[in-house]
Amino acid sequence: MFLIDCPYCGTRQQTEFHCHGEAHIARPKDPDAVSDAEWADYMFNRSNTKGVFYERWVHNHGCRRWFNVARDTVSDRILAVYRMGEQPPKVKS
Amino acid sequence: MAKYSVFSLARNALSYHENWQRAWRSPAPKPEYDILVIGGGGHGLATAHYLAKEHGINNVAVIEKGWLGGGNTGRNTTIVRSNYLWDESAAIYEHSLKLWEGLSQDLNFNVMFSQRGVMNLAHNLHDWRELNRRVHANRLHGIDSEILTAAQVKAEAPIFNVSPNSRYPIMGASIQRRGGTARHDAVAWGYARAADQRGVDIIQNCEVTGFVINNGKIEGVETTRGRINAKRVGVAVAGNSSVLADMAGFRMPVESNPLQALVSDPIKPVLDCVVMSSAVHVYVSQSDKGEFVIGAGSDLHVSYSQRGSFDIIEGIMGALCELVPMVSRMKMMRQWGGIVDVTPDRSPIIGKTPVEGLFINCGWGTGGFKGTPGSGHAFAATLAAGEPNDKAGPFSLDRFRTGFLIDEAGAAAVAH
Repeated sequence: MFLIDCPYCGTRQQTEFHCHGEAHIARPKDPDAVSDAEWADYMFNRSNTKGVFYERWVHNHGCRRWFNVARDTVSDRILAVYRMGEQPPKVKS
Repeated sequence: MAKYSVFSLARNALSYHENWQRAWRSPAPKPEYDILVIGGGGHGLATAHYLAKEHGINNVAVIEKGWLGGGNTGRNTTIVRSNYLWDESAAIYEHSLKLWEGLSQDLNFNVMFSQRGVMNLAHNLHDWRELNRRVHANRLHGIDSEILTAAQVKAEAPIFNVSPNSRYPIMGASIQRRGGTARHDAVAWGYARAADQRGVDIIQNCEVTGFVINNGKIEGVETTRGRINAKRVGVAVAGNSSVLADMAGFRMPVESNPLQALVSDPIKPVLDCVVMSSAVHVYVSQSDKGEFVIGAGSDLHVSYSQRGSFDIIEGIMGALCELVPMVSRMKMMRQWGGIVDVTPDRSPIIGKTPVEGLFINCGWGTGGFKGTPGSGHAFAATLAAGEPNDKAGPFSLDRFRTGFLIDEAGAAAVAH
């Protein structure tokens, strides 16, 4: 079980949170202009990184706010927590 | 290599079982193969077996970074069934189940396939309607599937609490009597031995470090034991599919999640079928040793750690204690996790990749074990011909572009 440092509430158990997958996926600005392959890449393909991975969590049973987490997917160690809209920090696993 | 039979057992008993031969060779990799299969789990080994047996291609190697069946093949809850909703899934899983039924004879290795029946419980009206729909769809596909009332569930599995006042009331169930369990290690070993007998090289402790690709065409792989050339390469590496795809320069619609299971201490026989509940995400059977084998749901975060969160265990054990009250007095002995590769539509991917000559078989998610023979059979046909066969065709990687998804997430009994 992870202990996640919510940027708004402080450290809480993982059960209070829900993971929503990879962060920083930009929706194409004009969906009509992209090809099926480009849309599929946005819609379905994920980097699924083995190593440092940037993902979105929401504090469901707390402040209900979204934020980003940088985590090493091999060790499961949480390396950084940062707010929505912030640039992903450079971290080492 | 000696054939296993009652006579070989008796003969070896006379020499105190000290003269059994090794079940497969341990060759050094050759510089080149016709077909190279990456991943020595059930799916990779089955692919090699059917390549040699059905297609007469035996200049084949299986390379495995660890040991045979050390990944998800050795970590699952061994449930085998084929009661899927959609045509494409029903076709490949039923094909797989038919292969399971003759597998011990085919491999000359007892995989202990036990058709003890697989029950899927319905706890509410929605479950019950979906279950009826699926049972009828199964029967139209020629797959055996029956509906049980709550009283019939109680008769089949008396340890379950079917009281309407329970936390998870049981309205009824579907049962596939041809479904059941098999010995997971034996499946890997049986396929390895049978493939080796037909000349396939099985190379363990050999990790792929890169692909050799020239003008968009595969030429071979770089490994920790040197370069190995191959005309065609098949990837069957489950949770690590994205890692290999990344090495080959393309992206996959796959996420790797931890999936956990646990076993209890052994008790006397009390449960003679597999019981699954999708709504509470628990599946349970009793092994031949008497242990309850309990499968949990998967974690929702990406991880390669081969361990899951404890709250998942807590959640399913809470539910299981409600469904089977006697479990509250049992001890759980061991718990472990595997990394499953989950696709957006919860159906596997079998077929071509953007690299010519490089094929992939992945995305079996939380339900790969049952698919082992069918997956290997379809992937072998795909690798032999260079084109997907009729079973593999609908499961192409390209379906995420075309939109022809096979949405088993809500359709099948979701806990694969």
